[in-house]
Amino acid sequence: MPSLQSKQGRVITDQDAREISRVEELSYDLKISETMTRDVKTTSPGAHMAAILETLRIGRISGLPVVMNDRLVGVISLEDIIQAILKNDLTALVQDHMSTRIITVKAYDPVVKALEKFSEYRVGRLPVVDENDHLVGIITKGDITRGILTALQKDYKVEEVRRYRASHLFEDITSERTSLIMRYNIKAGDYVNGGQASSHIKRALLRLGASPQLARQCGIAVYEAEMNLIIHTDHGGVLRIQIEPQRILMQTSDTGPGIPDVNLALQAGWSTATQEVRDMGFGAGMGLVNIRRCVDRMELESTPGKGTKLLMEIMLRPDERFKESEQSDSLSSTNGESK
Amino acid sequence: MTLEDLIQKLELTPFTTPKDFPAIHPTGGYASDLLSCAMAGAKPGNVWVTLQSHVNIVAVAALTEVCGVIISEGAQPEAAVIEKANGQGVTLLGTKLPTYQVVGKLWELGIH
Repeated sequence: MPSLQSKQGRVITDQDAREISRVEELSYDLKISETMTRDVKTTSPGAHMAAILETLRIGRISGLPVVMNDRLVGVISLEDIIQAILKNDLTALVQDHMSTRIITVKAYDPVVKALEKFSEYRVGRLPVVDENDHLVGIITKGDITRGILTALQKDYKVEEVRRYRASHLFEDITSERTSLIMRYNIKAGDYVNGGQASSHIKRALLRLGASPQLARQCGIAVYEAEMNLIIHTDHGGVLRIQIEPQRILMQTSDTGPGIPDVNLALQAGWSTATQEVRDMGFGAGMGLVNIRRCVDRMELESTPGKGTKLLMEIMLRPDERFKESEQSDSLSSTNGESK
Repeated sequence: MTLEDLIQKLELTPFTTPKDFPAIHPTGGYASDLLSCAMAGAKPGNVWVTLQSHVNIVAVAALTEVCGVIISEGAQPEAAVIEKANGQGVTLLGTKLPTYQVVGKLWELGIH
């Protein structure tokens, strides 16, 4: 039997890895009571195997809890019936063939508890009991898969709606020049939050409908600029991203200490990072080189004692551009003619 | 060769919540302890081998979209690092082997 983890994974192999870990998370969040079947059909120890076969066939179910005097005394499954057929013993009673090893789960337990028991005991269904050990439902792997898929679909819809709304932002707003500006204050020495602004920017671009390649390119450029503010400035700085339909403009500015020799700073491998910073893996002298590789235009301006301004611009290819409102096109073209 | 195979064959310890490792096919590998080099050199879907274990490897791994970070020489990421990695869907794996040997084994297994 494959492990439940890979089994869960196989259900949604098309989904990206992030959603796989969401499945793990859901198996802890979802309660058994939320995914179990409530109207449990039960039988008694004195029922005939032939009758059970009929019940299972009609109900299209694979097993029944066996109850006596309100107490769970066993489980009878299709497999038990097959055993009975093989022994030509279909006239026997449920009590002769049922499994009396009773493994149950609690209704208030997370789904992961049921998954653990499925793999530990190799059973296909588990009776669900309440805090007083009364039977309240039954749960199968199918129930769990359905429950998780439903929850994932809800998640997915929320993200879809966000992405849909965001990707129409430029279309929904009519102006001669629409741009979206995001601003982040980056603190000097804040290594713990290093990379946070760049991941927010990357996510925002994806929501706006940018290609993963473009979002990655911007993410890398902004990451290097963000880390420069964290590593090299006296008091941190400001990171400003301006998204327009045809281009993305990224800027950082700080108040010092400034770069004495800008040309030297632009050389690959040149770094002024301290040993402590290098021990963390920074200070390769590749930051600005990486930025230049990712953007179409980079300008570095610095005055020692005053501060540094870094400008990075990516021009979007026609197929990469954010969709604009048709009206804004006509607005600008009318403008062009009148000039 | 899947990430699951690499974990088995190199006896890697997953620090982060396991994903569907058998469905992840590493597209190659990259090794460096300099974050900017990893940023420039690691391709999406690569495994990245480094002995760094501090929090900034998570941002680099997320931005470069590597399928896993193999932390070599028995370095142990702190709980906050693991938590951040889980939040960003980054897989951190550990090994006692030094980077040189990890890379050698990865190459032998066909991760080029």
